Amino acid sequence: MSAKQESRAVYLERFEADRAAWTEALPEWLMEKKRAAAEVFAGAGFPDPRHEEWKYTNVRPIARKVFQPAGEAGTRVAPPDLLEWSLGELDLIDLVFVNGRFAPELSSVGDLPGDVQVRELGEALREMPERLENRLGEIATFEHSSFAAFNTAFVEQGAFIDVPAETKVDKPVRLLFVSTAEPEPVVCHPRVFVSAGMGAMVEVIEQYVGQPEAANFTNAVTEIDVADNARVEHYRIQRESHRGYHVAGVHVNQGRGSQFASHNINLGGRLARADINTRLGAEDAHAFLNGLFMPTGRQHMDTHTRIHHAAPHTTSEEVYRGVLSGHGRGVFKGRVLVAQDAQKIEAHQSNDNLLLSRDAEVDTKPELEIYADDVVCSHGATVGQLDEDALYYLQTRAINPELAQDLLTFAFADEVVARIPLKPVREQLEQGIVGRLPDNEKLKEFV
Amino acid sequence: MATNQEEMEQLVEREYKHGFVTDIEEDTLPPGLNEDIVREISRRKEEPEFMLEWRLQAFRQWQEMTEPTWAHVSHPPIDFQSISYYSAPKSPEQLKEEAPESLDEVDPKLLETYERLGIPLHEQEKLAGVAVDAVFDSVSVATTYKDRLAEQGIIFCSFSEAVHDHPELVKRYLGTVVPPADNFFAALNSAVFSDGSFVYIPKGVKCPMELSTYFRINAANTGQFERTLIVAEEGASVSYLEGCTAPMRKENQLHAAVVELVALDDAEIKYSTVQNWYPGNDIGEGGVYNFVTKRGECRGDRSKITWTQVETGSAITWKYPSCVLRGNDSRGEFYSVAVGNNYQQIDSGTKMIHLGKNTHSTIISKGISAGHAENAYRGLVRVEKGAEGARNFTQCDSLLMGDQCGAHTFPYMEVKNPTAKVEHEATTSKVGEDQIFYCQQRGISEEDAVNMIVNGFCKEVFGELPMEFAVEAQALLEISLEGSVG
Repeated sequence: MSAKQESRAVYLERFEADRAAWTEALPEWLMEKKRAAAEVFAGAGFPDPRHEEWKYTNVRPIARKVFQPAGEAGTRVAPPDLLEWSLGELDLIDLVFVNGRFAPELSSVGDLPGDVQVRELGEALREMPERLENRLGEIATFEHSSFAAFNTAFVEQGAFIDVPAETKVDKPVRLLFVSTAEPEPVVCHPRVFVSAGMGAMVEVIEQYVGQPEAANFTNAVTEIDVADNARVEHYRIQRESHRGYHVAGVHVNQGRGSQFASHNINLGGRLARADINTRLGAEDAHAFLNGLFMPTGRQHMDTHTRIHHAAPHTTSEEVYRGVLSGHGRGVFKGRVLVAQDAQKIEAHQSNDNLLLSRDAEVDTKPELEIYADDVVCSHGATVGQLDEDALYYLQTRAINPELAQDLLTFAFADEVVARIPLKPVREQLEQGIVGRLPDNEKLKEFV
Repeated sequence: MATNQEEMEQLVEREYKHGFVTDIEEDTLPPGLNEDIVREISRRKEEPEFMLEWRLQAFRQWQEMTEPTWAHVSHPPIDFQSISYYSAPKSPEQLKEEAPESLDEVDPKLLETYERLGIPLHEQEKLAGVAVDAVFDSVSVATTYKDRLAEQGIIFCSFSEAVHDHPELVKRYLGTVVPPADNFFAALNSAVFSDGSFVYIPKGVKCPMELSTYFRINAANTGQFERTLIVAEEGASVSYLEGCTAPMRKENQLHAAVVELVALDDAEIKYSTVQNWYPGNDIGEGGVYNFVTKRGECRGDRSKITWTQVETGSAITWKYPSCVLRGNDSRGEFYSVAVGNNYQQIDSGTKMIHLGKNTHSTIISKGISAGHAENAYRGLVRVEKGAEGARNFTQCDSLLMGDQCGAHTFPYMEVKNPTAKVEHEATTSKVGEDQIFYCQQRGISEEDAVNMIVNGFCKEVFGELPMEFAVEAQALLEISLEGSVG
């Protein structure tokens, strides 16, 4: 048996072993889903690079290992540790997870308006299963994704955010997922379910961080239901350790007149993959996808996005940028799908990449798949270097070449970060980007 | 507007102009494919031993391969055992197993066919200054201007002749750009190819005229598997035109050709195609499956290969004329107009593989979809590690006419060198109502307005075509889109 099949077999055994305990705790409809998902995972296993969706990302480093199940949060992370990952002075509704396990003593929810629910998913499944029935697992289907199936089979904990109609959650909800250094690397399957009722509004920040030596595997799935005229701002800030493995899928369904914005910032991980899929299911829905990936060292970062215009009069805009240095490798695939009869669509997409080193590589694949005729769609992709003229200009102003390069690189990446509406998040990310550039001490004087 | 009203009406009236069957006796092998058939093809063509070996090896490799399924097309499975792999027109001359030496020896029925196709050989010989190597089904029947070309050392002949007369050249270059096991259909072609064209331009020679081949599938149930090899030695240059038509038939016909181009130092090859195979009728019956492998290699420094294509025909098109930019400072260009109407399916594009330093490539692709057609651009730009200073510009635009069709863009960009500059741009839209309105205000009918706009959309590509082809291409475009406006 290959290492790949072996790890799959171990996980499936683990599934069988945990089943009895789950059957006690979880509603029957969820157990049915878990069983079906386990079957899909058993059949498909980990994806192969021969699979078009995985052409440029080989998941062997994940598949050949057997990750241990994560233990309870315990005291691995103490409250002072949280400072390192704070989002400045931002007042948050905060749920903290350690290796996928909820850490109530680190979390603070505070008072919530009306019937707004922000709570740990496992708890919600026990206490109010009816609010998740026919909802959980309906947007993030797993038939065609092994990782989503793997997550669904092992769903236990995560976040449940339910905002009733015409309600605005005025504080952002942050979900902080901390990956800790373990003697035996562990796997966790965080699951996030967000529902914004008609006319509701909520901001959700998923923040993934890792202790420096953490070599765990995080396999996250997020489902977001944006009802008519609702608005969701979704952040994914991925700063796992340089040894961490991270696979995530964000699945969104949008109603009439709804707005969904995604800010997907990837700085961490040894091997990281994110799929962001949104379906504009009714007229006047708008999606904005904003993203940055900055692999360096031996990092591999892959983002796949899919914007499905399923209804007429829907619009989307997508901006993704990559900065690649060291032996870093970046992959971007952006697919825009316009369904038949979905007329009066406007969809624009761009992906620009900056290659800064000899050993870096970028593979980009913007796709348009259009079955309607009355549309205005465009995409553009570029791969290049810093502008020689701009570098020269800065040097004539007595800025040394290294610093000039850093300044321009920062400005390139900041195109994406500057679009983030929450100022503390933006500032924290800008600092994070500066910190990754070689001449960062001097650069700080400028930005 | 290039054509006036009268001409326009004529164009409208004819449906598929080239859809007639020439009634002549054919010398055809029974359907099916096995080693014996491969041997028989080779025997009938009296090929030297090395060719037979080459075919057999390709055939064995083909047997190991499976048909690719990744293209954005769908069709019922092809039964490769129901196709006849060899068909040659029988005439007294051919019975003697010799190609005719002059036009007088050619079967008049064949000549009539060509005339109806609009390429009267007599006239072309005298007036057009185009040398035509005409391929009727599988065997080359007439080659003109050969003598004049021979004076300069240029070889322009059918592939069979090349195998007999210039085996050393064939041996040296055949399969070096598209190896027999390159892909499923290339392997099939390598095993059973019946004929095609061979062009060799010696060192420093600029070919004084445009070389041209008209291919035509005639016999029912025969696959057309031609093979073209063009070699331009150091400092040589050539412009080659290829036109294709096929008669109207209910059943689907398979066409799996291979084209290989080799450009050495400072050489330049321009390869233009107007592909007008039978696209099937308006409910999607019949039509040619066009599964073609075309690839050019800029083997020498400062060499250049240009592909220009106007694709209006075929039920299914599956082809990616590519450039391997191996030589330093070499250039690759791809200009394409692909039109799909009714139930046509097109999955086409190009590959630019940058290996040498300072290599440049340009891709301009214009896709038009009408009716129920599916039109996909699929392209790859790869910059390998050693390709310092590589540069690519890609633009692919799609125009949609009708709400039942699809237009897709699947570009792949793989960059492994930090000095590379790669740009890709794509748009999809329909003909603007305001544009049509503007034309109508000025007394131009809606139909003419659309034609004008479509022609403008394709102008960048038509400009790259040789004059005679540009005119034909414009006319074809109008016929192809007939009935899809409004």
